[in-house]
Amino acid sequence: MLSAAFASQLINLCAAVLLLLSFSMLAQRRTVALVNLFTLQGLALAASTLVVAASTGQNHLYYSAALTFALKVLLLPWILHRLIRRLDVQWETEGRLNVSVTMIVGLLVVIFAFGLAEPISALATTVTRSTLGIALGVVLLAFLMMITRSKAVSQVVGFLAMENGLFFAATSATYGMPMLIELGIALDVLVAVLVLGVFFFQIREQFDSLDLQHFESLKEK
Amino acid sequence: MELAALLASPLAGALILGLLGARSFAPELNAAFSLATFLAACAVTLTVVAQGPMLLWNDQFFLDPFNVFLVALTAFVGFTTALFSRSYMHVECDQGRLNPGRMRLFHSMYQLLSFTMLLALLANNMGVLWVALEAATLSTVLLVSLYRTAASLESAWKYFILCGVGIALALFGTILLYFAAERLLGAEGMSSLLWTRLNEVKEQLEPQVLALAFVFLLVGYGTKVGLAPLHNWLPDAHAEGPTPISAVLSGLLLNVALYAVIRCKVLVEGSLHSQLPGQMLMGFGLLSALLAAFFLWRQRDIKRLFAYSSIEHMGIATFAFGMGGPIANFAALLHMTVHSLTKSAIFFAVGHAAQKAGTQVMDDIRGLVALSPTVGWGLMLGTIAILGVPPFGVFASEFLILTTAMREQPWAPPILLCALGVAFAAIFSRVQPMVFGEATGKRLAHTPALVPVFVHLAMVLSLGLYIPPYLADWYRQAAVLIGGAGQ
Repeated sequence: MLSAAFASQLINLCAAVLLLLSFSMLAQRRTVALVNLFTLQGLALAASTLVVAASTGQNHLYYSAALTFALKVLLLPWILHRLIRRLDVQWETEGRLNVSVTMIVGLLVVIFAFGLAEPISALATTVTRSTLGIALGVVLLAFLMMITRSKAVSQVVGFLAMENGLFFAATSATYGMPMLIELGIALDVLVAVLVLGVFFFQIREQFDSLDLQHFESLKEK
Repeated sequence: MELAALLASPLAGALILGLLGARSFAPELNAAFSLATFLAACAVTLTVVAQGPMLLWNDQFFLDPFNVFLVALTAFVGFTTALFSRSYMHVECDQGRLNPGRMRLFHSMYQLLSFTMLLALLANNMGVLWVALEAATLSTVLLVSLYRTAASLESAWKYFILCGVGIALALFGTILLYFAAERLLGAEGMSSLLWTRLNEVKEQLEPQVLALAFVFLLVGYGTKVGLAPLHNWLPDAHAEGPTPISAVLSGLLLNVALYAVIRCKVLVEGSLHSQLPGQMLMGFGLLSALLAAFFLWRQRDIKRLFAYSSIEHMGIATFAFGMGGPIANFAALLHMTVHSLTKSAIFFAVGHAAQKAGTQVMDDIRGLVALSPTVGWGLMLGTIAILGVPPFGVFASEFLILTTAMREQPWAPPILLCALGVAFAAIFSRVQPMVFGEATGKRLAHTPALVPVFVHLAMVLSLGLYIPPYLADWYRQAAVLIGGAGQ
């Protein structure tokens, strides 16, 4: 058992790192670097879950920390890197991204998230309650990232970062969802990445590119 | 026991068809698995008729008046769609639009989709409900892009991203729900997410948390229902995917998503003691119905036309659930049932019509009655039924919704009538020349499978004239369960 004060410092540190990583993902143009940032985010998530587990003695959180580590630090980044190599898009960068505007919008989004989470945090009894605002911030930043990207791989990384934020929210508000549900969610995420991996190849075969700006035909005229 | 069979049959089907789905007998095998699922659903339904609602397997699964008829409906439409896809997919293969590998994918994913929908309906646990709905999205993504055309890939991507984001928001709502439950019930693990458990204590759940949770749940699951303004994925996914998938998406998956929204609404309304959730449902419902009705005018693709009509009808059902009270809920449940039957029948007829004409563009489809009277009349009757002409069941449910709205929410009927009128004019003026105009198409090599169309339409007709007592009983009990304004 860690001392409560020290543990809460550590958790806050992890939360801050998560938020910082979300912002750097928002500003990152290169797809490969984006996947690396996602790996780091997974690591911070696993670390914070581990600290919560150690400080509260919630045994199932050890499993969920291990699951996070295996899935989000090892397996998913490996799959994504492999996909990027096989699709030959290592040097792909996001062209139309306006970093400064995106960052300012991101700041506003985080303030909004804190405002939204405030009354919920006040009701929580967990040691991690102050981080609920950050968790929601991470979710909304990932959402923003998906909107601003036009590369298929970056959108998927955004989707996964969103799931990271949700997982963090579950840990900070309630010490994690029941284990079986968490396993179900992890399975869905894994399947989603595999399905999208297949999908990338189909898109490239059809469009000769993974840039979604080619997707214009289905707008309502 | 029956429940195990009901869930095991489509799951086994998904695995076996994953191995054998490319063989020439795969469509028959697919239909056989769907038949097994349907028979198991019948057995389950009969048990419920005999013994009443039940909780099973450590309370993790349940059958109550609200989900039992949806289970039966899902299994039934799943079976008839499998029959339809047998002949439809043969033609697609012969025309060279699909190869055996993709047939394998189609059959396997079709069974998986049935499994996930049944799991979502039967699960008592709100977390399992979420996992099942997400899995349902994933199993349909690759089906929407089955033809690998540019448009189908685009629509599948849109479908995945929009529904993926939507369902992620619903997960946040579920986390908040769990948070509120844990505060009240203590750390009970799995059992604090059980719907029946939450329903018992809903009065004491923290209203502030539940209000926020409901916003996320409504937007999240609402995306999958196709509620405006998050409906964009729906017409694309319906138009570009193979027709059997359009039929089950429209007829079943939208219902399952709406079912999830209503389950959440019951809990939140109990906790809030206010009309807020109902008002939100009414707002989103009316907006969807109205927006869809006007978008109907701009459609050139026949499957897009009927996809927008699905948005309209889901909007009407959502509005009725929002009004609440025994009569409106009853009407909404009836509307879900008849819409599901009618819309899947229409998609069957549309599928054959598009194959005959070799196009989905409405201007190029003409004279179906001359080419094939059954397809033409099937489409015409289906259209009349969906437009709410008496004596079909859709008329009964829409009439009930309108009369209740006149009494409870006098501001709403003009908007509803406007949506219904615009939709009537838009759809009828398109379908009429397609059915009765000068013939242009060619004969099909295969005989179309139209038995499902007429069976569905006959059921809709009979529901308009006479609702079997046990079904009416379920509707009534479910309507009380769902509650709302009139309680």
